[in-house]
Amino acid sequence: MPDPSTPKAPVSRRRFLGYLVAAPTLAVAVSWVAEASDPQRAYASVPTLPQPEELFDLGDLQNLAAAPTSGLISVQVNTDGTASFAVPRAEVGQGMTTAIAMMVAEEMDLPMEKVSISLADARPELLMNQLTGGSNSMRSMYMPVRTAAAIARQRLVDTAATQWGVPASELSARNGVITGPGGRTATYGSLAKAAASQQTTPVSATLKPSSAFTVLGKPQNRIDAYDIVTGRKKFGMDLQIPNAKPTMVARPPTINGTVVSINNANAVRAMPGITDVVAITHGVAVRGATFGQCIDAIQALDVTWGPGTVDGESDDTVKAKLRAAQVPMTVPPLLSKTIDAEFTFAFASNSPLEPDNAIADVRPDRAEIWATLKVPIVAQEQIAAQLGLPVEAVKVHVVQGGGSFGRHLFHDVAAEAAEISQKMGKPVKLSWSRTDNFRQGRTHPMSISRVRVNYALGNVISYEQRHASVQTDFGHGLGEMITATAAHLPVGGNLSFAQTIFELTQSSPYNFGVTTQLLNEVPLKFNTGSMRNIYSPNVVCAQELVVDQLAAKMGKDPVRFRREFLRDQRLLAVLNKAAEAGNWGKTMPAGTAQGIGLHSEYRGAVAVLAEIDCRPKTVNRPIRGEGVTGPRVTKALVVVDAGFAINPRGLEAQMIGGVQDAIALVLTSSLHIKDGIPLEGSWDNYFYTRQWNSPLDLRVIIMPNTSDTPSGAGELAVAPAVAAVACAYARATGTMPTSFPINHGTLSFEPLPLEPSTPQSPTDGLDHTF
Amino acid sequence: MPTHTFTLNGEQVTVEAEDNVRLLWVLRDLLGVTGPKYGCALDVCKACTSHINGKAFNPCSVQVSDIKPTDEITTIEGLPATVGKDLHPMQQAWLDYDVAQCGYCQPGQIMAAVAKVKQARAAGHEISDADIDELRNICRCGTYTRIRDAIKAGAHTM
Repeated sequence: MPDPSTPKAPVSRRRFLGYLVAAPTLAVAVSWVAEASDPQRAYASVPTLPQPEELFDLGDLQNLAAAPTSGLISVQVNTDGTASFAVPRAEVGQGMTTAIAMMVAEEMDLPMEKVSISLADARPELLMNQLTGGSNSMRSMYMPVRTAAAIARQRLVDTAATQWGVPASELSARNGVITGPGGRTATYGSLAKAAASQQTTPVSATLKPSSAFTVLGKPQNRIDAYDIVTGRKKFGMDLQIPNAKPTMVARPPTINGTVVSINNANAVRAMPGITDVVAITHGVAVRGATFGQCIDAIQALDVTWGPGTVDGESDDTVKAKLRAAQVPMTVPPLLSKTIDAEFTFAFASNSPLEPDNAIADVRPDRAEIWATLKVPIVAQEQIAAQLGLPVEAVKVHVVQGGGSFGRHLFHDVAAEAAEISQKMGKPVKLSWSRTDNFRQGRTHPMSISRVRVNYALGNVISYEQRHASVQTDFGHGLGEMITATAAHLPVGGNLSFAQTIFELTQSSPYNFGVTTQLLNEVPLKFNTGSMRNIYSPNVVCAQELVVDQLAAKMGKDPVRFRREFLRDQRLLAVLNKAAEAGNWGKTMPAGTAQGIGLHSEYRGAVAVLAEIDCRPKTVNRPIRGEGVTGPRVTKALVVVDAGFAINPRGLEAQMIGGVQDAIALVLTSSLHIKDGIPLEGSWDNYFYTRQWNSPLDLRVIIMPNTSDTPSGAGELAVAPAVAAVACAYARATGTMPTSFPINHGTLSFEPLPLEPSTPQSPTDGLDHTF
Repeated sequence: MPTHTFTLNGEQVTVEAEDNVRLLWVLRDLLGVTGPKYGCALDVCKACTSHINGKAFNPCSVQVSDIKPTDEITTIEGLPATVGKDLHPMQQAWLDYDVAQCGYCQPGQIMAAVAKVKQARAAGHEISDADIDELRNICRCGTYTRIRDAIKAGAHTM
């Protein structure tokens, strides 16, 4: 059939390029190059002001790194009338698959239920463009996916026009059906084969203007909701891979400890259900008929352990090292017109609810891996190297994850499963236990933020922030992206990789004169990583607490002060909306207060207004069983400007989750490091927000769209919500908190034993029915 | 190896397992019923919450030998059949409020919610915020706000 004719389009509308790909049914591919399709992102100039994050943030960097990639992603039209798309990203609850389905449905004029989204296996040809992180997925995929869908729709219309011998301009497409003159119709499915191309051909398409949207920008429920509420959604541990039996690992009593000897391997191997016992790098792996029997084996194992990598470290020793590593302030204090403050943020766990798990089937000449991986290409390369196999002999499947929060940027568990499978010579379904996840899993590292502000005559003269952190591990591939594109960075100089990330993600939104925010890292061998963003929750919390102090010193209300000093108009708009809708400044009882927090990142802007109750009767409210109560955030209002809100319902969900994370980070959840390992071993030790800590009144206001393109959303709310809750606490108690979470100084639980590393389950479950 | 017989989602099942194996592993690893999730196996996170004879319990903390032949176990997969419909009203409320994010905890949340509503009614009142505050199920995505709204809506139609 002839090439599709170019539809008439207004001159001002940009056209986007894709390819018809030779395939049995219609397939349209586009280059995974967000930058190419979104020239509004300015990264060519290198201004000295404002700060780097405002012009070029982490997401831009990821987009830029993706630009030279030649790998294509494609929308396939099937004979049953559905369209399918394998997205090179991970779904871990953030709603990415739903948003992608919306993009396809919109540009193809296809009902949502006829769009099928799956997760692509590791695709090395995509280079570093298969990374889910930095709240970047929507921003990088918005144009390419829509382009592919628009080309598919156009091709289907042109195919029908050719078959019917009428101009394409006389046809319309709606709900997966093309209608022509006289009311004749053809479904997309009936045209899927005829529309297929014999050869790969470049084609361009015009995207719908946002004014014509019927799906994008409208609230949409998750596409996997039905499977979730019926228990049908398959997570990694739910997969049935032949002979991949349950496998767990007995672990050493300190982080990254090693095995000197197994003293009773034969006896353990003879236990009921157990098939294999082998020593691995950081523990002893056991494989059996059930996970419960693996835990029995862990109870029985007698192992002599070698030292770990941080055996001498505890909270206090780490804190002392961070203090010693602080970069000095450059502006001297101005006598009484100076605020100096120091804030400590404890180690925290980024473990999701689903324990880390992976399935591995390693054979002499090949391997197959199933795991939730946000950077599957790096996993594939490194696991291949570890196994001594060529990269193409290792197949890596990305599976749906039960949460991530930064954990699945790393492939530790997949690599360990591969090691075990290779050593046992059998397929394994490895799960870390809950205690493994807290004690040996990735942590968000401890940090100390110092702030010095000088002010005079109603002005702020300087704002300096010095953030010292235990080293954050970026060895998951983002580093390779940065290295490859370092020459394009506006920050440049001799900054380390982490310092570069810090500069790209942190930016003071205030007119505070000479402003510097610097990072220094202490290289300790903890297992670290990001946690629902990297530095912002801590840096912004410190900043906003000091802003409240400044306002008080100048005799101004916190909201009024921020209005006067904000440089960012989008932040000003969300602040004003939050103050008005949240009834800022209302009279409240003693011991309760409001707090406000602001943050701009990922091209989005958020204000959070929180109300907290710190009165003794609330703080000491009883709760049955183990757990902590403490101050309660009674109300939270989030006002978000997300540029273009692709799915307002999904965006609202991300804001709600961000607030619950923030409540935990400020009030209750942390890891206590003692002699080289966290004491926390269960969710009754690591106090993530529970219903009894959650606000009864939590509202999200989405501002009218301020852009045609979406901002990031997954991590956006955490930092301003942390700041708002901390500021509310300071105002309610009259004391600015300086150590987070505020309950970290009191150990509110009895630690589980360090050995055996995983305790056996209770047996009294029938005594607790309700 | 010992055998164990009980009713699972309306059907009688018999399974071979050592007596001490916790019911969660019998369901998941031996019977392939994966709706109840493994989140901690410490009776803390409540992701495996299911029903025994209509009451909420956590199979991670019950030895299979403690399950009697007359016991009726219901997992999320069998919840709709308890009301003779395709979806239990609480599941429908979960859809209406688009509660789930990653979804890992939600089968347990729904099973706990159904039992909590019944418990409140047995005590002579409709479910309240104070009752919901007693739920211990962890949602690490932080969907608590929508869970609370959905429980109240689901209770209305239960």
